[in-house]
Amino acid sequence: MADVMLEGARAAAEERSGAGAARSSGLARTLSVKVMSAAITLFVVLVGNFFLFRVLPADPAKNLTHNSALSAKQLAAINRTFGLGLPLPQQFWNYLVQTFHGNLGRSFVNQLPVSQLIGQALWPTVLLVGTSTVLSTVIGVWIGIRGGWNRGSTFDKTSTAFVNVLYAMPDFWLGMVLLIALAGKLALFPDGGMHSFTGSGSGLASLGDLLWHLALPCIVLTLVYLAEYSLVMRSSLIDELKADYLLTARAKGLRDDLVRRRHAVPNALLPSVTLIMLNLGFVISGAITTETVFSWPGLGRLSYVALNAPDYPTLEGTFLLFSAAVIVANLIGDLLLTVFDPRVRQA
Amino acid sequence: MSAQPVTLTPRALAWTRRRAALARFWREFRKDRRGMTGLIILAVMIAVALLAPVLANSRGLNPIYATAPANAGPTLRFPLGTDSDGRSVLTMLIWGARNSLIVGLTATLISIIIGALFGVVAGHFGSVRARAGRLTDNLLMRVADWFLVVPFLPLAMVLARTIGPSLGVIILVIGLTSWAGTARIVRAQALAVETRPYLERAKALGAGHWHQMYRHVLPNVMPLLLANTILTVAGTILAETTLSFLGLGDPIRPTWGQMLGAAYNYGVGTGNVVWLLAPGIAVILVVMAFTLVGHALEAVLDPKLRER
Repeated sequence: MADVMLEGARAAAEERSGAGAARSSGLARTLSVKVMSAAITLFVVLVGNFFLFRVLPADPAKNLTHNSALSAKQLAAINRTFGLGLPLPQQFWNYLVQTFHGNLGRSFVNQLPVSQLIGQALWPTVLLVGTSTVLSTVIGVWIGIRGGWNRGSTFDKTSTAFVNVLYAMPDFWLGMVLLIALAGKLALFPDGGMHSFTGSGSGLASLGDLLWHLALPCIVLTLVYLAEYSLVMRSSLIDELKADYLLTARAKGLRDDLVRRRHAVPNALLPSVTLIMLNLGFVISGAITTETVFSWPGLGRLSYVALNAPDYPTLEGTFLLFSAAVIVANLIGDLLLTVFDPRVRQA
Repeated sequence: MSAQPVTLTPRALAWTRRRAALARFWREFRKDRRGMTGLIILAVMIAVALLAPVLANSRGLNPIYATAPANAGPTLRFPLGTDSDGRSVLTMLIWGARNSLIVGLTATLISIIIGALFGVVAGHFGSVRARAGRLTDNLLMRVADWFLVVPFLPLAMVLARTIGPSLGVIILVIGLTSWAGTARIVRAQALAVETRPYLERAKALGAGHWHQMYRHVLPNVMPLLLANTILTVAGTILAETTLSFLGLGDPIRPTWGQMLGAAYNYGVGTGNVVWLLAPGIAVILVVMAFTLVGHALEAVLDPKLRER
């Protein structure tokens, strides 16, 4: 314990001596370092992609053609067309140029450009993940605040137990159970997809149809995501409970809920809010499995289908997009935290 | 403790001290009701996994010998019903426990070894004043950050697909993609350990980097590493379930995730619902048990957390 405090004190001392003089330029430098490191991370993803799909397979041409029987002449032709005979640095350069032009190759399954497939699948995923992220944040943070503030209460105990079960639950399993229980026998919800096959009318009716299809996958993702948010919110609120400023607020005679709303929660909220940005990687795993279970025509299902086809260009394209999205979200979360919380600037 | 042997070798003394520490640890742990619940669940699950050949004939895993009706509900002979090949779900569940736990524990071992190595080396050289030391620390942590940022599931999918799916590859992939968090935690603890006087003493006596890391830093990050290991197992078992569900497992060696994947692919909705429920509940129980034990361990090691 003493070591941790010592460590903290030392870091704080360094911060005072270093940061005080050049605060604004220090902030700009920290930010630019973060942007640079995100760019490097993305570059390494590109390199990894290149190696995994083009260099690691013993014969990329065979890989490219689904291992079908080809004559040596045909293989040579493919090698020429795709530039597979070129020296590696040259190949890598071509790959970079193509990727930055948005050319991700063509799907093995239906010969469509991967960028077009991704474009079609983008909106359903944004809709599903966006809705459930908003819902899970609001509900999760609310549960965390209520449980953390009245620690040990019945609400706290039941919600913690409930959240712990959710945390241990495979999301796709929850999806399948709900699907069989509510969509199968009871037929309360559709059993997958995004629109009814029979045509859903126009305007409001179509929107209603969409929401009806959205309900179950959205509930699953909300339940799975909210577990982590409420746990983090609860523990960061508990960390604030012993803070001196809360004692001051109480000594001023503020009502309990004012102390909570105006003093404790805003301070405890910071870790949770940044977690939401930092958590996109976790969110994406949920999207892959849940979209698969509910046949939701988004990026997650696209990557699942590509995985089992196997359709390498599509798998590669979705991986690149997922990684880029997570890296950018991480960067934004990190930048927001750096701007809003001076304490982490030196960390 | 009162009846000490008359001749005390340093080794005997050390062991007495360790036994006492362990007893104290156990007394503290036993007070944690949730941790004990988790431990009991784990003991039962591990017993089932170890006794799998006794509890259920492994022939039941082979679809060739399955004569029962496919995807049928529970009967006296098949308490949990059958799957789409007519195999007993109970047999699959018992052998699934064995394979799921093997995958979870082995993947964790890989993850922990890489994480501890990166964490200790980075923490040790990070506290060295020399420029090369800082550079090592920075480089190692950049690598860890990369694995921390890049989304786990897509990366694991790509790796497992390009290397070729099997149980061994799943273990390797989970191990290789899940160590970064451990490395961060271990590094932070190692940095704290590095400031202690006994390391200064060791350095003054001429201890090399390896000796310092192996004899001083590593033993002191060990308790934290243990709690982290238990929590990592929960994560690796969930990861295995997801990857197997997505079709990256080995069909001949069933895991719980693979049962769920088969249930999804071969029409569980039209028949035996227990086929879906049983493996899911098993996963939840095991993951919760590991989480409870891990948090209880953390609380014993760090009394500050105990009031949560």
